[in-house]
Amino acid sequence: MSAIAAEGVGKNWATPEGVVRAVDDVSFAFDAGTLNVLLGPSGCGKSTTLRLIAGLEAADGGRIRIDGRDVTGLPPAARSISMVFQSYALFPHLTVAENILFGLRVRKVGRDECESRLAGVADLLGLKPYLQRKPSQLSGGQQQRVALGRAIIAQAPVCLMDEPLSNLDAQLRAEMRLEIRALQRKLGITMVYVTHDQLEAMSMADRVVLMRAGRIEQDGAPVDLYEHPANTFVARFIGTPPMNLLRLESAQGGAVIAGTDGPVVMDGSLAAGQLGVRPEHMQLAFEDGVRAAVENVEYLGGDSLVTCRMGAQTVAVKTPGSVPFARGDATWIRWPAGAQHYFDAEGLRRSATARPQGAALLA
Amino acid sequence: MTRTREWVHAWLLLLPAMSLLVLFTHYPTVANLWHSLHSTPRANHPSVWVGLDNYRNLIEDPIFWQALTNNLWYAVGTIPLSIALALLMAIWVNDRIPGRGILRLAYFTPTILPMIAVANIWLFFYTPEYGLLEQVLAWFGSAGHNWLGTRSTALPALMVVAIWKEAGFFMIFYLAALQSMSPQLAEAAAIEGASRAYFFRRVTFPLLMPTTLFVLVNAVINAFRMVDHIVVMTRGGPDNATELLLYYIYEIGFRFWDSSYAAALTMVLLAILGIFALLQFSFLERRTHYQ
Repeated sequence: MSAIAAEGVGKNWATPEGVVRAVDDVSFAFDAGTLNVLLGPSGCGKSTTLRLIAGLEAADGGRIRIDGRDVTGLPPAARSISMVFQSYALFPHLTVAENILFGLRVRKVGRDECESRLAGVADLLGLKPYLQRKPSQLSGGQQQRVALGRAIIAQAPVCLMDEPLSNLDAQLRAEMRLEIRALQRKLGITMVYVTHDQLEAMSMADRVVLMRAGRIEQDGAPVDLYEHPANTFVARFIGTPPMNLLRLESAQGGAVIAGTDGPVVMDGSLAAGQLGVRPEHMQLAFEDGVRAAVENVEYLGGDSLVTCRMGAQTVAVKTPGSVPFARGDATWIRWPAGAQHYFDAEGLRRSATARPQGAALLA
Repeated sequence: MTRTREWVHAWLLLLPAMSLLVLFTHYPTVANLWHSLHSTPRANHPSVWVGLDNYRNLIEDPIFWQALTNNLWYAVGTIPLSIALALLMAIWVNDRIPGRGILRLAYFTPTILPMIAVANIWLFFYTPEYGLLEQVLAWFGSAGHNWLGTRSTALPALMVVAIWKEAGFFMIFYLAALQSMSPQLAEAAAIEGASRAYFFRRVTFPLLMPTTLFVLVNAVINAFRMVDHIVVMTRGGPDNATELLLYYIYEIGFRFWDSSYAAALTMVLLAILGIFALLQFSFLERRTHYQ
């Protein structure tokens, strides 16, 4: 039995331009004690999906189950969840201690129980020195911890997080990422985490649900999304810089990359689709591969990001260290056969027939 | 050198507002105090220094005490009710309900209408025998009241008008404050299972304290300041039952032309308002959370 399950859940928004389908027939099942990320560009319905799980919005269709119990029609408080908001939603006139204890006070938990749980949470999050302060007297990171504290003191089995780190600076975000992940593992919470940041999703998640326009594009472990993207949207969304998608054309002996004179990379029958290769799997060489011209070199320290023109298309190549090429140089690009992804004319992944025929560009 | 220039600039920028304040607020206040210590000039009797004579008269003037008592009852009767009503209406029209735009407008209308016009409408409501209130009461077999002509009902009848007029005005301030509150606070409370009443008591009301303080100060000032409806509806009668302080000042000053005594009364009114404002700020400021 899964901890959280959605079955064909939908939500419409009425706007002046007509009805918008914000969440469209979404189904997933999350296991207990895992961290699950709802990922996607803004407006993809990920936050709405989270709010449907929380009960802050009513679903127009489908069922939501938490711990096997159908909660579709229940108010938020009856769903045994806790939630952290993007804005933290701290009560500005209450002290840190009162903010954290808010839920326990509502449920009239006894004074001793409150004291001991507050002490535990404050210890866990390092909030002890700040308990008597007001939220406005805390830094962004400390406010974030208070919001976390208010969520975990309830000891609810499910915790929902709506872009909790988006208001923090980059360094703090990296720290909090590790901290939230450690906390989730330690307390064994089932977490649903909404973000638009694929780095956050890939580094934290046991499982990623990638959404676009209210629909699920792919649902799987981070490694699945990276290594077996289901379509061109997933391929481009996961990974920085995004995967190169190269148009093909028929030539003698098979399909070549459009605008180049070879070598053959695919079976000729597949020329209508696109070949996908990640920038980090490509290599620059002085001979042997697909001919290209260097357009730009960005040196990033550990890596270099080289933009090249290959036939009529632009490709990004990410290589370790610096490169012995400059703008305008001719080069050859090659990649291992195993790094090739093939997407058909509809943009969907095709794997079995995607094995390269003829000259494999083994590095 | 640049410091001097900054000073000159600062004073030049302050000058327009300050000259208006001095001309129409500070100078009249001081002049008023000066007049209150002199006798009223009459034909053949120029104004002379009389010291605190006007204030001594005031203490012995039964109508002054009547006006002051009336005014206190008027304040006690109108302020809490109009503020409570304003808060209630604001919370109601802040919700996502159909037709809330029209509802907001309806609540705010009394504020837009001139008080003289409003008073005339209410005068018709209260008219004996054929007024609206009498006609409605006649169905229940309880007619025969002269609401504005009876000592016991005249002041309460005027208080109803004031509450009706003020509540919509105060509602706008509460509505603005409510709309600046993040809706996520309510959502966070909903997830913890807080009822609407609990959320109001623990969160909404404390966060509205700055607004309440502002509204309260204004309500007190208005309770001593608003007399237009008295001019139209009762003129202080019957038997001084609706005599309020400011209306009494108006009568003394512009109907009996005793400007020095009116000046003394004005000083008392100023003192009362000043004391109230001080009390409100010192008591409520400490319990108010400013964001």
